[in-house]
Amino acid sequence: MTLKSAMLGMASMLVIASAVHAETLTIATVNNGDMIRMQKLTDDFTAKNPDITIEWVTLEENSLRQKVTTDIATKGGQFDIMTIGNYEVPIWAKQGWLLPLDGLGADYDVDDLLPAIRQSVSYDGKLYAAPFYGESAMVMYRTDLFDKAGLKMPDNPKWDFIADAARKITDKSAGIYGICLRGKAGWGENMAFLSAAANSFGARWFDENWQPQFDQPEWKNTIEFYVSLMKDAGPPGASSNGFNENLALFQSGKCGMWMDATVAASFVSDPKASSVAGNVGYALFPTSGDLDNHGNWLWAWNLAVPAGTTKADAAQKFISWATSKAYTELVAGKEGWANVPPGTRTSLYKNAEYLKEAAFAAKTLEAMDAADTGHPTVKPVPYTGGQFVSIPEFQGIGTAVGQQFSAALAGQRSVDDALKAAQDLTVREMTKAGYIK
Amino acid sequence: MARHVSTRRRWFVTVIAWAIGLLMFFPILWTFITSFKTEGEAVASPPSFLFFQWTLENYVEVQRRSDYFRHFSNSVFISFGSTLIGLVIAVPAAWAMAFQPGKHTKDLLMWMLSTKMMPAVGVLVPIYLIFRDLGLLDSRVGLTVILTLIDLPIIIWMLYTYFKEIPVDILEAARMDGAGLWNEILYVLTPMAVPGIASTLLLNIILAWNEAFWTLNLSAAKAAPLTTFIASYSSPEGLFYAKLSAASTMAIAPILILGWFSQKQLVRGLTFGAVK
Repeated sequence: MTLKSAMLGMASMLVIASAVHAETLTIATVNNGDMIRMQKLTDDFTAKNPDITIEWVTLEENSLRQKVTTDIATKGGQFDIMTIGNYEVPIWAKQGWLLPLDGLGADYDVDDLLPAIRQSVSYDGKLYAAPFYGESAMVMYRTDLFDKAGLKMPDNPKWDFIADAARKITDKSAGIYGICLRGKAGWGENMAFLSAAANSFGARWFDENWQPQFDQPEWKNTIEFYVSLMKDAGPPGASSNGFNENLALFQSGKCGMWMDATVAASFVSDPKASSVAGNVGYALFPTSGDLDNHGNWLWAWNLAVPAGTTKADAAQKFISWATSKAYTELVAGKEGWANVPPGTRTSLYKNAEYLKEAAFAAKTLEAMDAADTGHPTVKPVPYTGGQFVSIPEFQGIGTAVGQQFSAALAGQRSVDDALKAAQDLTVREMTKAGYIK
Repeated sequence: MARHVSTRRRWFVTVIAWAIGLLMFFPILWTFITSFKTEGEAVASPPSFLFFQWTLENYVEVQRRSDYFRHFSNSVFISFGSTLIGLVIAVPAAWAMAFQPGKHTKDLLMWMLSTKMMPAVGVLVPIYLIFRDLGLLDSRVGLTVILTLIDLPIIIWMLYTYFKEIPVDILEAARMDGAGLWNEILYVLTPMAVPGIASTLLLNIILAWNEAFWTLNLSAAKAAPLTTFIASYSSPEGLFYAKLSAASTMAIAPILILGWFSQKQLVRGLTFGAVK
């Protein structure tokens, strides 16, 4: 055997060995701007970890949820990393479906995570998912329309002020509506807003014995307020508006105010997409009367490792990279500070450059700090979660209740009828699920 | 003598037909036009129809972000594969039911159709478990098998109705001339049923191409067809309608072109036997 052929043989052995060693991580994620940016920047991770390759499975949120839930419940093992919400994290961790993230590395600085977010992705004191971006809810309003109407938005507005201002700003003949709110039925659509609003009105989903509370005056106040305000000052067809529809309306100058996820701030203040970019102000989610409750809306998209994976070490390595401080610096360097994923790390909100470029940063942090998902409303509750209830049954119940309130908004049924139907169906489902004995 | 149709009436019917045709085609046309807009333009109110700055940036971005050709080849493999396997099974089955009906043929046909009435999500978990144990998750073979199974009742029903139109006397004459079963099916029945088989083939390719429940749930990265390609551009938090439109246009273009060129065959097959 010649030296040349021996070397060729060795080289091919090495290639085979490295091919055997190379791991492919399959990551399921949603098609949101920050996740797409992460996909573009993956080269940075693979350059540092040449033995790992990444396969992305990007899906729309509802399809993704159905698919990853099926896979994790059956231990299908199709994914090594899943993008899930803080709604799923405690439920899945309790089932033993997720691996605790204890291999994120010494320099990960887990104490830098925003306390509210960290709490929402932990179970039994252990971190089961790493937050990629987080959001609360706040008021976005048009400063030019407020000036024109001689109004001044307080930092900490009350619902009564919001209702007055919305009615004053509304000019239906000019196509301007004082307020845009979610109306499309769904647990993650209108019920996200309405559950947070109900919290701020002092309502709760269930009492300490899991009895539904739609027959209580707080819920009636919330829904009557919402329906009458939207009738006077909301856009036509509001019962089919979700996040995207309201975003389109606000960006094209049709809304005086919009209360929704804080992540919307980066869209409406982007001059490339929004015609009102220079005229947007921000305020905390409103409170009602003497209650100091801002709704406690808190959502985070997180990266988690399913228990069925065989590549847990590589998966944690990737998660550590994607949710680290170094990643935010990488994004800032390539795409500017305004495009950094918001709402996960305290250090970001101490960064002078970020605060300078993102006008909404201070209010976003304030909104997130105000959220307490452990105590979503004034009265005691047996559950956690702000704009949702962290039990597996909530997706079904929340959507069914959302249909009732959407019908009330569309004028297809009265508020009283909708509340009664919501109460009946929730009692039925909770009894069936064994919560009510 | 042909019935006289007045010019006015002919005009009227033509205009109505065009109006309905355009109305039905309008969503696809709108998707196509939106795919050439910027994201801001795509949600502008009032919307602009033709007078805007046309751009190809969405197509460039979609092509850069996803591997279109991998999804495309998966779609071709799965839709053609499942339809061809379905036909191989369905032709003999439909022959038996049309020409040699037994006591329970009608019940059998109804039972097969009833499987189509069941909501697919009801059997998602059992099928998922079977696929997991057989190692068929995220494989083109697995998706071909499942689409064959779910489209089989329609293929058999369509072929059965076509075969029923063929006079049984012709087959008997062939038998008198000494044709065996295989020759009878292959050389006598099949050529007469070509329009029916062709339209069944085309219709089922279209059905399999557009199937978006099983293909979304049973695939991940490797076997994902164009349905997942579209789903990856839909977003509930963020306005990406122009990119979604570009992805949709790219996903439906091949099947639209196939349908366009084969429409004569398709219409002939669908109306086969309508006028005796």
